[in-house]
Amino acid sequence: MEQKRVVIFSGIAVGALAVMLTVLGNPPNQGICVACFIRDIAGGLGLHRAEAVQYIRPEVPGFILGSFIISLLSGEFRARGGSAPLTRFIIGFFVMVGALVFLGCPLRMVLRLAAGDLNAIPAFAGFALGIYYGLFFIKRGYSLGRSYKMSQGNAYLMPAISVFLLLLAALSPSFIFFSAKGPGSMRAPFIASLAAGLIVGMLAQRSRLCMQGGIRDIFLLRDFHLFSGFVSIFFTALVLNLALGNFHPGFANQPIAHSMHLWNFLGMFLAGFGSALLSGCPLRQCILAGEGDTDAAVAFLGMLVGAAFSHNFGLAASTNGVGLNGKVAVIVGIALLTIIAALNVSLDIFQKKGSELPNVQKA
Amino acid sequence: MSRRLDARGLSCPIPVVLTKKALEESPEENLEVLVDNPTARENVCRLARNLGYNVEIINSGEEFTIKIAR
Repeated sequence: MEQKRVVIFSGIAVGALAVMLTVLGNPPNQGICVACFIRDIAGGLGLHRAEAVQYIRPEVPGFILGSFIISLLSGEFRARGGSAPLTRFIIGFFVMVGALVFLGCPLRMVLRLAAGDLNAIPAFAGFALGIYYGLFFIKRGYSLGRSYKMSQGNAYLMPAISVFLLLLAALSPSFIFFSAKGPGSMRAPFIASLAAGLIVGMLAQRSRLCMQGGIRDIFLLRDFHLFSGFVSIFFTALVLNLALGNFHPGFANQPIAHSMHLWNFLGMFLAGFGSALLSGCPLRQCILAGEGDTDAAVAFLGMLVGAAFSHNFGLAASTNGVGLNGKVAVIVGIALLTIIAALNVSLDIFQKKGSELPNVQKA
Repeated sequence: MSRRLDARGLSCPIPVVLTKKALEESPEENLEVLVDNPTARENVCRLARNLGYNVEIINSGEEFTIKIAR
């Protein structure tokens, strides 16, 4: 029961910090958005040249370092990897493509709902159905294989990259891009963003908070444990938005959103499907990367490159909606991840009913 | 007679799915699940308890053996 309280408390803190960050200057309904922030970082590094979305957001390295610090203290920091890294890179890439067609990661989807943005409803349906689709393969034996213990030095790479990103954001050398207008120019103060990122990273590590996991466990086990975090983020942000006058229910004129319902649905279907195949939403990948999971770090890099491609090739949506390239990319993504999922269903599960399970030995 | 399920290195929900299948196949037989990360340990324990089993965890360094019995 103790663990359940940690999940609910973490959800409340994440919801409150997200609204606080918008008050301090982050874009509307985007106090925290892992996908958007990774996209901004890709822009800040010049990996794409969409001028409105370029800023090395301190929140993301904050998530990773928060998880790093708390897992070091709790003894859970451990280098591991080797579970299909290239495949994870590609899945991470398409999770980002899907999220940027909707304009938000699963966490921002909840925050948008809590601000009255009803465009997030079809997205939520798509996300849940995408996870259900992923579970179709998982129940039939889908796995990217085992990860293995690595020498401990490998685990420090992602935290080191995070420190480097923070240095770039703090020192802002001339080769780094900073948006002068658009969402990338809307920023909470560096220290506030970093502090919020660290707190979220620590809490998410302890609670295993995961947007994908919450819905997955309901489908798979009728277990609402992780979903309670999801619900507490929603209600905390809802109450704060109502109090601050930021709750505007409707479809039209929502900040950094569009109303192409089919593509909001399919974009988040792709993100949900990919997150199920990675066993974690974008936030969870950051947390695992901070704990020393180098496979999650590769998925993170896949998301970073996916964000760069999304803006270089016009895949990402804008407030005007989704262009042809974005639509094609979502369909290709769903098809490709379906092939990846099918190819990674272990043949063992095709054994006849009643036969021994793989990995089970009589002792 | 007890069975052993080696779920080391597998990320959730796969250890949980395998445990659930093993318990469904022979609900009365004891099961030992070997995992190597705390998330899998917590999830497998929660599943077993929710299904009404008794759970005992044996910690050996970075690995955990979860003994599941009626």
